[in-house]
Amino acid sequence: MSGPSTYEPKTGFEKWLDTRLPIIRFANDTAIDFPTPKNLNYWWTFGGILAVCLIIQIVTGIVLAMHYVPDTTKAFASVERIMRDVDYGWLIRYIHANGASMFFLAVYIHMFRGLYYGSYKAPREVLWILGVVIYLVMMGTAFLGYVLPWGQMSYHGASVITSLIGAIPLVGDTVKTFLQGGPAIGDPTLNRFFSLHYLLPFVIFGIVVLHVWALHVPGNNNPTGVSVKDVKKDTVPFHPYYTVKDGFAILVFLMIFAYFVFYAPNSLGHTDNYIEANPLQTPAHIVPEWYLLPFYAILRAITFDIGPIDAKLGGVIAMFGAIAILFVLPWLDTSKVRSMRYRPLAKQFFLLFVVCGIGLGFAGANNPDDLLFKFREDQLVVAYTDEAGNSAKSEGFAEYHDAKHFMEELPEAANPGLEISKSGFKWLWFAQLMSLYYFAYFVVILPVLGVIEKPKPRPASIADSVLGHAKPAGGTPIPGAANGSPARDDA
Amino acid sequence: MRIFKLLAIAATSLGLVTSAHAAGGAKHAHAPEEGWTFEGTFGYFDQAQLQRGYKVYRQVCAACHGMDLMRFRNLGQKGGPFHDHNYPNPNDNPIIKQLAADSAEVDIINQEDGSDDVRTRNSSDPFPNPYANSAQGRYANNGALPPDLSVITKARHGGASYIYSLLTGYPSEKDMATKYAKLTVPDGQYYNPYFAGDVTPNWAGDPRHRHYDGSEHDKDMLPSGGMLAMAPPLGDDMIEYDDGTPATVDQMAKDVSAFLTWAGEPKAETRKKLGFAVMIYLLILTVLVYLSYKQLWRNVEH
Repeated sequence: MSGPSTYEPKTGFEKWLDTRLPIIRFANDTAIDFPTPKNLNYWWTFGGILAVCLIIQIVTGIVLAMHYVPDTTKAFASVERIMRDVDYGWLIRYIHANGASMFFLAVYIHMFRGLYYGSYKAPREVLWILGVVIYLVMMGTAFLGYVLPWGQMSYHGASVITSLIGAIPLVGDTVKTFLQGGPAIGDPTLNRFFSLHYLLPFVIFGIVVLHVWALHVPGNNNPTGVSVKDVKKDTVPFHPYYTVKDGFAILVFLMIFAYFVFYAPNSLGHTDNYIEANPLQTPAHIVPEWYLLPFYAILRAITFDIGPIDAKLGGVIAMFGAIAILFVLPWLDTSKVRSMRYRPLAKQFFLLFVVCGIGLGFAGANNPDDLLFKFREDQLVVAYTDEAGNSAKSEGFAEYHDAKHFMEELPEAANPGLEISKSGFKWLWFAQLMSLYYFAYFVVILPVLGVIEKPKPRPASIADSVLGHAKPAGGTPIPGAANGSPARDDA
Repeated sequence: MRIFKLLAIAATSLGLVTSAHAAGGAKHAHAPEEGWTFEGTFGYFDQAQLQRGYKVYRQVCAACHGMDLMRFRNLGQKGGPFHDHNYPNPNDNPIIKQLAADSAEVDIINQEDGSDDVRTRNSSDPFPNPYANSAQGRYANNGALPPDLSVITKARHGGASYIYSLLTGYPSEKDMATKYAKLTVPDGQYYNPYFAGDVTPNWAGDPRHRHYDGSEHDKDMLPSGGMLAMAPPLGDDMIEYDDGTPATVDQMAKDVSAFLTWAGEPKAETRKKLGFAVMIYLLILTVLVYLSYKQLWRNVEH
């Protein structure tokens, strides 16, 4: 898309500057005159929304850092002091805390949009990879930030994650010690987490610049996946057409954001994090923030050893693998058709993939051994010592009084005890199924579909697809696409 | 516009995911019949109720529970129980000064000779903690440290309703003798159906959680809740309210829950008020930008 520049310096100063640092030309070419496909739908507004999220997080974060004290004995109280005594501190902190959730909500929608419309395919592989790097750094930043208030979940969450790092063979222990700043989590940990939490957003900012750069070379993908063929017919300048459309979407997003900040500021967090960290008292269920739950579910889904890899390391590999696989996605998807609008099979598998992602989130929130649903009502089993002195168990009883009757019939030496026999579908199994689908989607479904699927005819150009709104059959089909020969969106 | 509907659904379902980790086994907390004044978009705190709630805290709870994040001046700030618009700086408020002065003295170092000394508590000082340290707190309470109450309503599922349910939820002696007859309560422990925990080891009946159906088997059903070290703290008329409100257990539980909710987030009322203005502003701006968008794109086929 980066065609010849349309910028013409008008004033003397602009002409002078343009030959020295063409920064106005750069701004004009990337944010004003940038030719953007005219058929982008609302799913494309999340890039702008994410830029707003990042700026909100950085600005509120800088202010919070002016008041926060990274000391294990003072951190919790200093956060509450921000809520109570700093002018509008409650607002700044709630924006920052809920902003993290909003950031992830937007990034997930942005990523699913890229997955559906094939925005990771040539020539946008680098753009996609940079996006995955941003996402990875975001997760790191969010985790570090969650530790800072020094609540129960902060401490015990940090303890779970750093112990995972320790599971990596050879280097694990050393890396873990570096992260913790010592043999256990304490003041050195909190200090370096604070330092890194301040650093990483600027790293994200830098990668975002690269991400935008990598976007502006091939230009935006669009809902048809068909490349821009005629800049005049297919595109409109970014400003004012997309500044106003993105602006509208950003405002709607801000209303949802504001709802959480003002009316449900703690609904996305865990109540245990309002209890000051106590290393000696482990919470009943340690769970990360909602946006990390799917990966937490994948981590806990590996409960079995795989050859020489024990279950713990296997879980860590699966969890990191779930993100690592996104890096090679552009080469796993063999289909030449970008948009799933024209891929009848892929569309259905994609929908299942979204359900799988949400399902993994629920699996992460629940105890793996709890039952998702019961096959039958829980039964009672009497465990006792039989006449020969061996331990024995009765059959299951549905009613308590039957079990009790059975116990009363036993001889005195039987020493009976009641147990519950449950039978149902565990959350763990659900998490394992969903994890399996998660990986299968990338390593089996997408590579195979590209070969066997017959894509639907696509419009010849963006302009055609736009005019085709009136005609339900769509625009002119690309010759050859219908008979299954590899059709190209760039033809 | 379908996408925004989807977004809204997604956003609310996020709330559902996180609320999924509720404390296992405890009975679901409930608000008093008339609800809370501070819930909802236009929620507000009733100042008279906050004053009564403070009295309950001071005369009952404070014997064992600290509120380390609270300072006396907080009581007189805008929205607080003793706020008086004649004293925009709560440190000037004579009621606040008196409340602080009536509390335990503050340990200081005598600056002349370096000896230990005490001085009167000021409005800028924190609430006194009943224990010198947590070891003392544990020692005095059978090994269980009474939690700090500064942010207790934010630190428990159900917030104010949880505190209210817990305080009013201790079973009567009659219930303990009938419904909970098969429950063995260890010395120094008390059973409460709203307290997160598991009473299976103390239960001599059916170890399964089931629904009460009114039949004779009900007394066998494993009850919800757990054991805690706090004896039922409230009794009818154990304090006397200054405004003449009858001090029933239910009334005191309501009042102290409201006070603790206010103390957990003194700026909550301001937050909701500002939120309403922000929402109106965003709504108007959104409509304007939407109309500009429609106007600008009217001739672009897209």
